[in-house]
Amino acid sequence: MELQNLVLIIISSSLVSNVVLSQFLGLCPFLGVSKKIETAAGMGGAVIFVITLASAVTGAIYNFILLPFQITYLQTIVFILVIAALVQFVEMFLKKFMVGLYQALGVYLPLITTNCAVLGVALNNVKYGYDIFTGVINGFATSLGFAVAIIILAGIREKIEENDIPLPFQGMPIVLITAGLMAIAFCGFSGLL
Amino acid sequence: MNKAGERLFNGLIKENPTFVLMLGMCPTLAVTTSAVNGLGMGLTTTVVLTLSNGIISLLRKVIPDKVRIPAFIVVIATFVTLVELLLEGFLPSLYDALGIYIPLIVVNCIILGRAESYASKNPIIPSLFDGLGMGLGFSVALTMIGALREILGAGEVFGYEVMPASYVPASIFVLAPGAFFVLAGLTAIQNYLKIEGEKKGKDMSKIQSGCGTDCKTCKEQCKEREEK
Repeated sequence: MELQNLVLIIISSSLVSNVVLSQFLGLCPFLGVSKKIETAAGMGGAVIFVITLASAVTGAIYNFILLPFQITYLQTIVFILVIAALVQFVEMFLKKFMVGLYQALGVYLPLITTNCAVLGVALNNVKYGYDIFTGVINGFATSLGFAVAIIILAGIREKIEENDIPLPFQGMPIVLITAGLMAIAFCGFSGLL
Repeated sequence: MNKAGERLFNGLIKENPTFVLMLGMCPTLAVTTSAVNGLGMGLTTTVVLTLSNGIISLLRKVIPDKVRIPAFIVVIATFVTLVELLLEGFLPSLYDALGIYIPLIVVNCIILGRAESYASKNPIIPSLFDGLGMGLGFSVALTMIGALREILGAGEVFGYEVMPASYVPASIFVLAPGAFFVLAGLTAIQNYLKIEGEKKGKDMSKIQSGCGTDCKTCKEQCKEREEK
């Protein structure tokens, strides 16, 4: 894989087809954990960590187990179980051996188990036929896009907290409108490719 | 069979997964670019939901409590894989349109939520109808959102032109940002109804205001509601 292709994948996965704003994956944490910049950054960090790791693990399983035995139709079942187990394992591992990191990311990890973005990236890696290394890069870029989007949204939400918003639009509707405007802005990135 | 009818009504109207409970928002936004896609996604989910509810209800006394979530996920993922292969074989155009969102039905909170809060506690017939009702409620909601976006964004419904020729389609509504705006409008209407209802002293606690943080909290909310 040439360097140029990798750069293209990074730009397209993180900005152009942003995981939340254009693919709608991982919306729940995006809307739910974006009240403050600090927690948003924590969530973003946890997502980057888990998705990058999960891309590597699912990529390895796909290439070394599912493909040689020709059981690729089992990918959905295998991936979701592996991801769920992986998140649990990562949580236990961090709790035991890396207390600092656990305190920063720990509370967000259980929230990611059923996050569709993790499974989505794994499935996309297979769909586009990426090898393991490219898949990991794609996973990292995708989750970086998630982190960027959630931190921007949290920043805007901190500002609009003070604004006078019509009663029915308070809470989720105004957040969704904000997200929609951000999605328009991110559409502009498509000129990069 | 009264119980079955009650379950259907519950899923379609009283606890409509999209409009009332606000569950499964990822596919709701992603595939509703047209009414056909919305309907296709809704019916696909209905099949998975009904079958998985049935099997989980049958196995409810066999599955140990501690490993119930992974067990549910395996059952759901199996049906999703079956449906995916069937769609690929018989409805390739829908399969292409829905793409990656078919396997992602596995992580749709509605399915795991119903398994956890209904099917794992009730006999098979009501569970089947619970799945069917919830699934149809989801299909109706997705078709409506899809039709709305199609009218605004392309001036068509199910591919037929409905708007006068002078109407200039606002194509942003079939693009990604439009999904957010349509959902924002829907939640605002829902909030408005909730506020008005509370003013009149009705119990509106069933209506969820937007997405929780994730499926885990949603499940806990479901549990709390069951306990009430």
